[in-house]
Order: sequence, then C-alpha cells, then structure tokens
Amino acid sequence: MADATPAPRARSLIHGLDALRRGQPGEVRVTLGHPMENGLRHDGYGNVVPRSIVTRFECRLDDQLVFAADLYTAVAANPYLAFWLKADGPGTLRFDWTGDWGFSHRETRQINPA
Amino acid sequence: MSGIALPRRRMLGLGAGTALGLALHCRPVAAVSAAPSLRTVELDWAGGRPITEGRVNFEIAALVENGNTVPILVKVDSPMTAADHVQEIVVFNEKNPQRDVVRCFLGPANGVAQVQTRIRLATSQQLVALARMSDGSRWSQHVDVLVTLAACIEP
Amino acid sequence: MKRATGIALLLVAVSAQAEDNRRSGLQFMSPALQALQRDDAQNPAMLAVQDGEQLWSTAAGSSGKRCADCHGEAPRSMAGVAARYPAWDAAIGGALNLSGRINACRVRHQQANALPGEHADLLALAAYVGLQSRGQPLRPPDDPRLDPLRQQGQVLWSRRLGQLNLACLHCHDQRAGLRLGGATIPQGHATGYPAYRLEWQGLGSLQRRLRGCVTGVRAEPWAPDAPEWLALEAWLAQRAAGMAVETPAVRP
Repeated sequence: MADATPAPRARSLIHGLDALRRGQPGEVRVTLGHPMENGLRHDGYGNVVPRSIVTRFECRLDDQLVFAADLYTAVAANPYLAFWLKADGPGTLRFDWTGDWGFSHRETRQINPA
Repeated sequence: MSGIALPRRRMLGLGAGTALGLALHCRPVAAVSAAPSLRTVELDWAGGRPITEGRVNFEIAALVENGNTVPILVKVDSPMTAADHVQEIVVFNEKNPQRDVVRCFLGPANGVAQVQTRIRLATSQQLVALARMSDGSRWSQHVDVLVTLAACIEP
Repeated sequence: MKRATGIALLLVAVSAQAEDNRRSGLQFMSPALQALQRDDAQNPAMLAVQDGEQLWSTAAGSSGKRCADCHGEAPRSMAGVAARYPAWDAAIGGALNLSGRINACRVRHQQANALPGEHADLLALAAYVGLQSRGQPLRPPDDPRLDPLRQQGQVLWSRRLGQLNLACLHCHDQRAGLRLGGATIPQGHATGYPAYRLEWQGLGSLQRRLRGCVTGVRAEPWAPDAPEWLALEAWLAQRAAGMAVETPAVRP
C-alpha cells in the first residue's frame, strides 16, 4: 500500500445522475476511495495494521434519507455501492460516508431529472 | 490473518481464565473466534420471524478468481410502493472472521429493490442475502461460492 | 547470441503478423471482472484517473507550472503517447517508461521533485495519460537505440530465476491458459498499466507487478532502479506490439 495513514485522502466517483428521469427509478452508482483496512493484516514488523473502514453510507434527497447502508470489514477496498432512486423533480442529493477514526466525506449534487 | 502457536508449557502457565491468557491463547482465528454460525446470525436478524427462501435474487460468480473483490448483486421482487416495499437487504457470510457483510436500508423512494457492491471472501463458503418487507415477512436466498487464490501471493 | 536474439525478435514479429494467438489478460477473467474493467462507472482505477485529471491542471514545483500549461488538454495532446513507451530520452541518453517520462517533465520543466514509482500522484498521472491511449494499438518506437534494452529484456524473460527455477516464458509463453493453483495463467501482456490489481486492492505499476512475479518464483528482486525492470518493460512492449492499450486495466 502506498499510504498507511488512518485518514486517507477521500475522493469519489458518482455515476447515473444524468440518466435520471422524472418519476422513474434510475440506478445511482458510487465509489469511494478508501482502503477499508480490515484490521487483520500485519505489517512487515508483525504489528497488526489497525482497522480503518467506512461503516456507514447515506444518501439523502432534499434532506430525506432515501438509501443507507452499514458496511463491514467484508466490503472490498474502494467501496462501491449501486442502488436505485426515483426523483420526481429537481433536488439536492447528498452522499455521506462515515467510518473509523472520525472519517467522514460528503458529496452534494444538484439533480434535474428530465 | 496469521495465528501464533505458543509452546504448550507457556499456555498452561498463563491460565485459561485470565484476560491475558485469553489474549495470548492464540490459535488460528477460525478455531478460537467467537463469531457465531451463519444460521444463528440469520435467526437473530429475523427476530423470531420465519424466513422463507425465495423472492430474493442473489447474483455472484460461482467461481471467484480473487476473494479480495467479488462483485455481488441482490435484487428483491417487490413493487416498492408505500404499502408494499423492501425495508432492509442484508448479506451474511459463513466463514469470514465476521458474519456481517453489508446491511442496506431501503424505502419506496428507491423504486427498485436492487443493490450492488463488492465484497471480500476469505475462503470458499456459503453466503445468504436476506430481505425484510414492510409487512414484516422475511425472505432469503443462499448461494455457495468457490474462492480460488492467486498462485503467486505477494508478501 | 546477439544474432540469434535478433532473429528471435524478427520471428516474433513475423509470427505475430501471420496468426495472432495473443490474448489480453482481460480475456482470462470472469465476466464479472471483465465488466469491472469495461465499465468506467465500476472500474476502481477511475478514482486515480480522476486524481490524475486534477493533477494535470495543478501547479507543481517551484515553477508554478501545470502540465496543462505546456500540453494543453490531455485528451488531445496525450492521445497515443502512452502507446509509444518505453521510449528513448535523448537528454539522459537512455530509455524511459511513461512514469519516468512524467518524472523527467516534473524535474526539468516544473522544477518539482521526481516521485517514487508507486507514489499515488505518479500513478494517477500515468493512469490519466495512459487512458488517452486506451483502445489504440501499442506502438513501440522503431528506434534502434532501444534494441539492446529489448534484447536484454528478452534474455531476462527466458532466464530461469529463483528457488522455483522458472523463467517468465515457462508460465506465460508455454503454459498460458493452464492453471497454477486455482488461477488461470495469462499470457502476461502488459497492456493495461498502471492497473488496478485485486490482489493489491489498489493501483500499481508494471514494475510492481513484475516484482511480484520475481518474488513469486522466490528470487531476489533487482533493486528498484535496476535496469532489468526497464529492459523487461521494453521487451514486453515489443511482445505486445499491436495489442490494444487497456489502461487502466483491472486484474485479479
């Protein structure tokens, strides 16, 4: 691993928002850059690399929770989630990831389904 | 995921009852792990309600090249209306150090009860995807997965 | 020996034209993993590509210059560039791979420091630049100055290494398609680097992958800056000439 610090530089990919159509479900796909260190690996000195995972993902549309997930160590690095969303009009989508060591990352997008 | 084997004499000296003894009483994780069985975790999650195999479609490769990153898809047959929708989709595993994989919370705003993610599998095992409906019913699908390992594992 | 190697190279080129049995590692993967690579919305390496895109327009070093200041828009200026590496660099009088070229730009034109091989920023830039050649055929330069390096690479490819006493070609030429443990042996064409390797759960360079193979046969890896790595890269580029660039690839 290139980086062993507990709080990685967070970046994300969000796909599917442009394809949303009014009142019709569309698939939203998000990827977060995060090592999801499971706390079971050892470094070259035999020390356990401490657990550092994302534990919760939430998606809100205009402050209303539309999708949430509790993530565990079995979720692969750079966690990927795909879920469906039905928006009836323009709005604000908020994506929140939180996890160990006070990790948190937020992305906000304005949507205007056709 | 390594275990350290201590000489027997030392293990007896530490004593099985002490916290320290337990901490150093090292054996491979599978043997000493307190992780419950898959069935226990399913029943625990269902809270006493019956679970019926069906309505859940759990897609995962039957043969996995690398257990580090395994794409999965879970789709539940549901109209996703306010009156009739999926509230929760969870995935449990049989042989990882921890039974939980992911727990998803849904509602009518999703429109379609389908989630995808990528998971880690420590070894060949059984997995289960479970769904809780708004009427309280629970549904499931069990799958068996063969996990192979890269032949040249880097240190 | 040199003459024989030259003929061997010629034979490889000729046979490649006659009937192309070369297959990318992509085709040895399951449909689910192929989808990971083919779909930009699923490919975890796109996180690094996004970083690379940002770095392209970020000032570096004491010059305060951005890559974009000299090169403009990468999709236009970098199209086909990655497909031509490793290439000869007149300033150092030697060959460079793409990461080496990016570092050379940083040092010479941006007055920035050279980044270590697996540094996230260097991989991100290499992935972003590599992406601009995706789908194009690998075109190793027709530059005779690269021949000694390629020949050295081919010799290393054929040399038994390590406690397992295996040469690269034993697995990747002679036994590709067969199984080693539970895994199918690919032909080992380096068409998609930097690649997201599931084994690493992250992006890595070709050198990192080669180092994994060398330790895999229980051989002592060469030093990070040893010429052997670049020789192998140059040989592999020649061996895969004409195959499509897949950067950033996903591999098990």
